[in-house]
Amino acid sequence: MADQQNTGGVTMPSKPPPWNDPVVRSIVFQIVALILLAWFFWTIFQNTLTNMETRGISTGFAFLNREAGFGILMSLIEYDESHTYGRTFVVGLLNTILVSVLGIIIATILGFVMGVARLSDNWIVARLASIYVETLRNIPLLLQLFFWYTAVLQALPGPRSSLKLSENIYLNNRGLNIPKPIFQDGFEFVWIALLVAIAGIFVLLRWATKRLDETGHTFPVFWTSVGLFIGLPLLVFLIMGLPLNFEVARATRFSLSGGANLIPEFIALLIGLSTYTAAFIAEIVRAGILAVSHGQTEAARSLGLRHGQTLQLIVIPQAMRVIIPPLTSQYLNLTKNSSLAAAIAYPDLVSVFAGTTLNQAGQALEIIGMVMAVYLSLSLGISFLMNLYNKKMALVER
Amino acid sequence: MKTKLLTAISAVGAVAMMATAASAATLDDVKKKGVLSCGVSTGLPGFSAPDANKVWAGLDVDVCRGVAAAVLGDAKKVKYTPLTAKERFTALQSGEIDILSRNTTWTHTRDTSLGLNFAGVNYYDGQGFLVTKKLGVKSAKELDGAAFCIQAGTTTELNLADYFRHNKMQYKPVVFDTSEQTLAGFESNRCDVLTSDQSQLYALRTKLKNPNGAMVLPEIISKEPLGPVVRQGDDQWFNIVKWTLNVMIAAEEYGITSANADAKKSDKNPNVARIVGTSGDMGKMLGLDNEWGYRIVKQVGNYGESFERNVGSGSPLKISRGVNAQWNAGGILYAPPIR
Repeated sequence: MADQQNTGGVTMPSKPPPWNDPVVRSIVFQIVALILLAWFFWTIFQNTLTNMETRGISTGFAFLNREAGFGILMSLIEYDESHTYGRTFVVGLLNTILVSVLGIIIATILGFVMGVARLSDNWIVARLASIYVETLRNIPLLLQLFFWYTAVLQALPGPRSSLKLSENIYLNNRGLNIPKPIFQDGFEFVWIALLVAIAGIFVLLRWATKRLDETGHTFPVFWTSVGLFIGLPLLVFLIMGLPLNFEVARATRFSLSGGANLIPEFIALLIGLSTYTAAFIAEIVRAGILAVSHGQTEAARSLGLRHGQTLQLIVIPQAMRVIIPPLTSQYLNLTKNSSLAAAIAYPDLVSVFAGTTLNQAGQALEIIGMVMAVYLSLSLGISFLMNLYNKKMALVER
Repeated sequence: MKTKLLTAISAVGAVAMMATAASAATLDDVKKKGVLSCGVSTGLPGFSAPDANKVWAGLDVDVCRGVAAAVLGDAKKVKYTPLTAKERFTALQSGEIDILSRNTTWTHTRDTSLGLNFAGVNYYDGQGFLVTKKLGVKSAKELDGAAFCIQAGTTTELNLADYFRHNKMQYKPVVFDTSEQTLAGFESNRCDVLTSDQSQLYALRTKLKNPNGAMVLPEIISKEPLGPVVRQGDDQWFNIVKWTLNVMIAAEEYGITSANADAKKSDKNPNVARIVGTSGDMGKMLGLDNEWGYRIVKQVGNYGESFERNVGSGSPLKISRGVNAQWNAGGILYAPPIR
């Protein structure tokens, strides 16, 4: 029977013994559960290692330093057969990041346009947008990629009869060939000028917003930014004496060599991924816009704001709160869907590392583990950035 | 009640976590299952492809059929699992298949670092190039700067890189998952050259819309000994597969065919007698019965019959025996003595 203490007429039960105390019990059980979980994973890990050793399957990451011995069609960094397997990992990773980032940008722009279009008063525009969304959402992505790949390839002529888009720009089914810029000494200043211009744009944005809040005068931020972005680096470029040369393509026996080549696999993958994800983003944007109370639009109109200004200043900033969480999911989907590149010969991470390197080196567990870790990190990174933006946009309530 | 639940869960968890001893007796497993799991390609005419009646046939398929005839008594008791070049080794390592017979090249790395053993060679091949006649190319040395359609994860990629590096030429690799996709890429002119083992080139050429518009270049730039693969750690199974292949080659050497196998049972030639099982204990030493060799030759045929039926004069590929003839007929096929 628990002792009862008298404190000013109110009887309160004293602290129960530890085995009855709910706080102590919950801590103990949580520790036990944690230990069991850790033991479970440790046993699985040890079991796998033991089994692999008894069967003679080699383990470890030493294979990353072995010579790769195979070529890769497209690489953002310097690569040839004498580089290591570790380098193929980096090449594949860069290719995946390239197509994911560009895909996200294009899909967002296209998705926003389609989402707003679907809400348009113009009947034809709204119906066309609906058809776009419904068709592309409901066909599996792999089929769409095959379609774009064959469509892109069939549409283009062979290398012997390339389309000449302009002097030194050729289009054929091996890719789009443009003169490759060769940066010479002094071009670093142009890069620096570009960074300064970008920083200047942010400063300009803050200053213009402050001025709008204080005086109500608008400032043509967009055109000034464009001028700054292009003008400042261009000025530095001219001052430094045009430190840029171009390498143009020559026709060889089979195709064109030299110049920078954009392979059709990349274009097909980019188009396929962007249009597919844009269909989903369009619906998310439409949901976000519809979530903003119609009273806001009516009030904006009664103030004399044009349709475009209403959208830009009133509706979309409020809609962003609803749009951003599902938008993050779509970005993650796009990044992971880029692994379908293996079906159309684009050398992304899965195709190069978890495909060719896995088969040549034979160490499936390590390689797949690395690839899974990469996709996990990419996804966590994207959702982290989006959550930061989301917090900034969140409603601050009392 | 809660404690009982917790104890029950821990008990189940503990049982599940016990390291299961890897069962090394594939022979017993196959006999218990009653069917042989054979890993084959996704459809390579002549080696492993379903025919018009959806029945798998080919040179590699015949190896599996031979093992099934020896172990289970019936060459039809095989389950075929089509595998791409990327999955083939993992499927064998994990136990999903009992034997991999998928035109796989025997290399040092594959033999030593994957926990697998190559049980012999059933086709000596080499890597070649397929080009359209329109290009006017007569030799592989003229292929500087060309684009190549390749299948991912094969020795083809590595050999191509080595050859071009050695000859100081450039090339562009377009890498696909399956051989059908490489063919589609070649046909749509995405690449100038299709490169693979020569036998595959002949097989793929038959699938083109215009087979006569493509030609195989004379150069063979690598050695590709193709053979069946099994897991390490099971010597009995390794022996069974190895000697199944050897007995098919030896049967051709001594003139035993599926047609005359019954008649050969009364042949007094000791080599023939040991193969068909009328003398010696060759089968028992493998853990099978002594009729194993007779069943293989009767139901599947000897090596020569299998060759002609699948890739030789009896097939659309029309590949000549060449280096795959018997050692005493100008080739290098040499079965160790069955004695």
